[in-house]
Amino acid sequence: MEEKHKPVLEVKELGIDFGGLTAVNDFSMQIFDKEIVGLIGPNGAGKTTVFNMLTKVYKPSRGSIFFLGEDTAGKSVVEMSHAGIARTFQNIRLFNQLSVLDNVKTGFHDRVKYSNLSAVFRTPSFRKKEREIEEGSLELLKIFRLDTEAENLAKNLPYGAQRRLEIARALATDPKLLLLDEPAAGMNPQETEELMDMIRLTRDHFGIAILLIEHDMKLVMGICERITVLNYGMMLSEGTPDEIQADPQVIKAYLGE
Amino acid sequence: MKNNIFSKLLDAKHRGRTGSFALVIISYIIIEALMHTGSLSSLFSSLLVPVTCYIVASIGLNMNVGISGELNLGQAGFMSVGAFTAVSVSGRLAPIMPNPIIRLIFAIVAGIIMAAVFGIIIGIPVLKLEGDYLAIVTLAFGQIIKSIITNMYLGFDDTGLHFSFVEKTMSLNPGGKMLLDGPMGATGVQRIANFTAGVILILISLIVVYNIIYSRSGRAIMAARDNRIAAESVGIDISKTKMLSFVLSASLAGAAGALYGLNYSTLVPAKFDFNTSILILVYVVLGGLGNMTGTIISTVILVLLPELLRSMQDYRMLIYAVVLIAIMILTNNDRVKTFFAGLRQSIFRKKQEGSV
Amino acid sequence: MDFLSYFINGLGLGSVYAIIALGYTMVYGIAKMLNFAHGDVIMVGAYVAFFAVNSFHLPLIPSTLLSVLICAILGVVVEGLAYRPLRSASSLSVLITAIGVSYFLQNAAQLLWSSAPKVFPSVFPSGGIALGDSTVSYLTIITIAVCVLVMACLTAFINKTSTGRAMRACSEDKGAAALMGINVNRIISITFAIGSGLAAVAAILLSATYPSISPTLGAMPGIKAFTAAVFGGIGSIPGAFLGGLLLGVIEIFAKAYLSTQLSDAIVFAVLIVVLLIKPSGLLGKVRREKV
Repeated sequence: MEEKHKPVLEVKELGIDFGGLTAVNDFSMQIFDKEIVGLIGPNGAGKTTVFNMLTKVYKPSRGSIFFLGEDTAGKSVVEMSHAGIARTFQNIRLFNQLSVLDNVKTGFHDRVKYSNLSAVFRTPSFRKKEREIEEGSLELLKIFRLDTEAENLAKNLPYGAQRRLEIARALATDPKLLLLDEPAAGMNPQETEELMDMIRLTRDHFGIAILLIEHDMKLVMGICERITVLNYGMMLSEGTPDEIQADPQVIKAYLGE
Repeated sequence: MKNNIFSKLLDAKHRGRTGSFALVIISYIIIEALMHTGSLSSLFSSLLVPVTCYIVASIGLNMNVGISGELNLGQAGFMSVGAFTAVSVSGRLAPIMPNPIIRLIFAIVAGIIMAAVFGIIIGIPVLKLEGDYLAIVTLAFGQIIKSIITNMYLGFDDTGLHFSFVEKTMSLNPGGKMLLDGPMGATGVQRIANFTAGVILILISLIVVYNIIYSRSGRAIMAARDNRIAAESVGIDISKTKMLSFVLSASLAGAAGALYGLNYSTLVPAKFDFNTSILILVYVVLGGLGNMTGTIISTVILVLLPELLRSMQDYRMLIYAVVLIAIMILTNNDRVKTFFAGLRQSIFRKKQEGSV
Repeated sequence: MDFLSYFINGLGLGSVYAIIALGYTMVYGIAKMLNFAHGDVIMVGAYVAFFAVNSFHLPLIPSTLLSVLICAILGVVVEGLAYRPLRSASSLSVLITAIGVSYFLQNAAQLLWSSAPKVFPSVFPSGGIALGDSTVSYLTIITIAVCVLVMACLTAFINKTSTGRAMRACSEDKGAAALMGINVNRIISITFAIGSGLAAVAAILLSATYPSISPTLGAMPGIKAFTAAVFGGIGSIPGAFLGGLLLGVIEIFAKAYLSTQLSDAIVFAVLIVVLLIKPSGLLGKVRREKV
């Protein structure tokens, strides 16, 4: 990794306990610019818990998270979003009663601002900024092939489209690091294939790093440049897809004794 | 170009907004015409201003309950703050500001500001809580406001304003006037409210509420309602958005209360009790959460219904109760829901065909 | 030293709140609804007892049993007719329906028994025990004793019987309880029956203390008891007990030492402070959302 410069994300000996039970312990990783990294492991290994710590939904009990070289200790979920980490959720969390377009527009909340007074009086600056938000949102919808659904309610989208909408919404916040929690869950092989292209495109188009949790090994091995394996809250292995596939420990964790 | 404006007014997103304004303005014209021809009954005329007040308070509460998704059981408390502030301000200004319209504007603005201040004070603790706990705290604040106003004594004479709390300890010089008299509330209020002012207030409320809903803050408020965690993950500060809708709701209740107070010569603090809060909540829920046009219609019907049932005398509130329960059960019945969805679809399809 | 007698009187008032709060909290725990009509069941209980004693000249115990029975039936009927069709509806729809039921009961009572207050007969022994300079009435002592007895019976019922176990299962997860062969509708009916029966008990104790009964008599104790249930942590039975007692004591102390007029404001202010420190009440469970 020496050819690359400073990491986007640097996690050191991260750990969390829930009521005396250690869910994740001694977890360290680095993610560099424009990298796609996979986080895999059996069910209950603590993958989503890692995401929740990175976004501060849970406060880590131990260890530190440096983002863009800055210690994130004490930051809130909102501040992590402002700092440049965006995520999707394993159990899809869309704004169900809002339109597809409005879902993406919420992502611009911290990027394009105007006062409530200018909204009430519909000032020229309000109109200009709303147009900016609308154009940016439509562009994202086009990338994720949701532009034809823009005015539909988010809850009426098919499952696969909802997952894509979550990614579009996350990207609207202009992140430096995107966390995807099982983006291909519930998708058919063809949809998964398309999703892989979209994830690569996202990285290239937006120039951001991506960390993803996924059970679909074809997807993980197909697009991740590096993979971290988690088991029982501990790091089991780390390396390139080829190294991981050849690691006897990983095979044992997945197939059992 | 003209076609463009019309299509914009009638597209799916703006249809509700256009409908609300059209409903209010057309109703106003019809009622004014009826009033001038003298064909309105005195009972109906006497209900015009209260109806507009309840509509404004309901629009505010719908911002809170429908758009923001927070159950607020204390809306009458904010009406009370607005009402007694406005009545006091108007009473104090009466000798120096004879023009009733200017005085009315001053009094309403004062009512709004005071209610907003209370909204902020109450919002700080309330918005830390969620769901039913938030609801009970708004209920508690409603009760506290009622208790406080019931124990307030305010008067003025040539030496200035006099205030006391819990017990009436002051005596005013001759020529002085009590503005608030504890449990007796305000008496001898000059009735400067009128129907036109009420309709203007409704229109302003609709403009403010719709323009906030269809803006960055409105999206944030609804996002926080639909999914708190996802909203935070896109960088929305939940307490800020909730505070905005709470204070907006309180301010509109303050405006409504101000107009209400200035429509009667006497006003007791007990008027704005828990039952009044519940009444407004019923208007909002029956009108449809987040649906301002529906709220206006349901408020009008439900304010008038007990009056229209007057001939039934003792049975009217019983019928009101049964209607309320029946509506709730029917609107939540799957078969009825499917029927109405089908009806809406067939109407909508016809419209589309017609426009092509 | 009046402190002790104030305290005991506070416990007496609190006992009534606690018994009513049990009804709120049990219904909330199992049906997940705020039953705003609960206060009006108290009113019905008071009238039934009034007529049992005044018109039928029944002694205290049979009058109480009759009142409990009729309120329990009322609770089950209301649940079956008004709330059961809304099992899958939004909580706000259920709340409005409960408000409708409340209006209905109040206005039906007004039609049947007129809005003029009636004087509740004195059914408890008068007098009391001297305690320093002041006396504590027998009624207060009986009220506290009844509350403790109710609490003990209810706890035993919930923890020791199979119905009680089914109730606890329903309060955790209705879907899973149904899969385990529990008849959820039956359990909810039983919960309403118990809660409404307790309201009748509270009604008699309350009417004996404040002997003027009217169709709206349930409103304020209803709100107070609801507050008590939230205070203790809604859904928690020991919480309702604790919340009720504390609320009663705070109210009496506020009246005695601070201000009679502002006592309600003080009670509600204490509630707000408690909720700010413990957002789910004193003994309430904190539910963490899974992300």
